[in-house]
Amino acid sequence: MRWDFVLEILPKLGKASILTLELTVVGIGIGIVLGLVSSLLRISKIKPLDLIAKLYVDFFRGTPLLVQIAIIHYALPVIFGYIPVALVSGIAALGVNSGAYVSEIFRAGIQSIDRGQMEAARSLGMTWGQSMRHIILPQAVKVSIPPLGNEFIALLKDSSLVSIIAVEELMTTGRLIMGKTPRVAEIWFSVALLYLILTSTIALFVNYTERRLQTGDNR
Amino acid sequence: MIIVKDLHKKFGNLEVLRGVSCHIKEQEVVCVIGPSGSGKSTFLRCLNRLEEPTSGEIIIDNIQVTGEKTDINQVRREVGMVFQRFNLFPHLSAVQNIMLAPLKVRKTPKKEALEISEELLDKVGLSDKRDAYPDQLSGGQQQRVAIARALAMKPRVMLFDEPTSALDPEVVGEVLGVMKTLAKEGMTMTVVTHEMGFAREVGDRVLFMDEGLFVEEGSPAEIFNNAQHERTKAFLSKIL
Ligand SMILES: Nc1ncnc2c1ncn2[C@@H]1O[C@H](COP(=O)(O)OP(=O)(O)OP(=O)(O)O)[C@@H](O)[C@H]1O
Ligand SMILES: [Mg+2]
Repeated sequence: MRWDFVLEILPKLGKASILTLELTVVGIGIGIVLGLVSSLLRISKIKPLDLIAKLYVDFFRGTPLLVQIAIIHYALPVIFGYIPVALVSGIAALGVNSGAYVSEIFRAGIQSIDRGQMEAARSLGMTWGQSMRHIILPQAVKVSIPPLGNEFIALLKDSSLVSIIAVEELMTTGRLIMGKTPRVAEIWFSVALLYLILTSTIALFVNYTERRLQTGDNR
Repeated sequence: MIIVKDLHKKFGNLEVLRGVSCHIKEQEVVCVIGPSGSGKSTFLRCLNRLEEPTSGEIIIDNIQVTGEKTDINQVRREVGMVFQRFNLFPHLSAVQNIMLAPLKVRKTPKKEALEISEELLDKVGLSDKRDAYPDQLSGGQQQRVAIARALAMKPRVMLFDEPTSALDPEVVGEVLGVMKTLAKEGMTMTVVTHEMGFAREVGDRVLFMDEGLFVEEGSPAEIFNNAQHERTKAFLSKIL
């Protein structure tokens, strides 16, 4: 190992890991919104909506993310006739993919809440939407925090797959450096180290959020 | 106040209510007793349509409860319900549990909702537990908060489904006490209960349900001392 070379490439890789983190955070943000909507459709008992959400979830959980990225970046532009932007395609793919997983996380969370909660809320005259918003979801989100954290970490690692469409995140940057030098070991151990730092940081953040929700006043 | 005509409820092939009719007057306290599985909870839950009746008619306070056009949320504002297992909202404090429905459903201004809630906490003897969360309260305290929560909507009718059967014996009294006070104030109440003492003392009328029908009804004295029907006698001999 040539440590001076490691130090030389670290700033570049560090900058790329910020893009990796940004991709993941925006991706999980989109995923949470899509997942919330999709989980609500799935429990809405309105058959066509439930079916649409189920198809969405099954498709994105049942096909490889790499294929989804290819569809979004190569296939859709052909069908709809537009010029794709790699960064946008990458974020979109990560977002819709994580949305499918988050949908199942929220659905499980909502279903874990005692039926009596919904009944008590409805018996007070609250609508289904009010009961969901004020009673069920706050409790469901709380139980969903640990699996959401896992999804967050999984998505961060999976974000390396957008290197296939040349988004210059951590993985791509590693490959680009590799093209200019024979110091392969230094590059990939550094890349691995940066991924590890990112995932550990997220894990700490999730733990902290979980603890705060458990002891805080605003339960 | 509450009129029920020929109410049927089926769960799949199982007919749980088989043509129930009754008439509950304003300010009346009616106790519903009967064996487990006879349909008491189902009857009560049909009254605010937590269960959808299969057929029949329900009218509460001159509002048609059954029927396509009914705004059920409108009806439920006027009908408070207390559950066997309290069903307090665990992520909200006692006072927040009570305030929520007035705020969101009646659109009561926050200050007024808070006042109502604090008065009600006082009424059920829990002013000091204002900011406690449900898991910091005993069963009896939780049930009293649950009663206050239902009362906060200022309902015209209160429904109780075995409000004390999930409680330790030593705290049953504090919940029954609150219910007695309510009855004295003239609240119209329908109470499914195994507390025969309460039925005798507070009830104006007792309805005995068996296998999905009201088999016998009468004043507490009539039912407890002089039941006419064999099935009523058999049930009472088991529990008294
Ligand atoms: N959601 C449901 N689906 C299917 N069957 C049900 C449902 N709810 C109740 N039942 C059935 O209906 C019958 C009457 O139930 P209900 O809860 O009304 O009885 P109950 O008189 O309240 O009994 P208990 O004293 O045990 O509370 C029971 O046989 C029960 O299994
Ligand atoms: Mg019951």
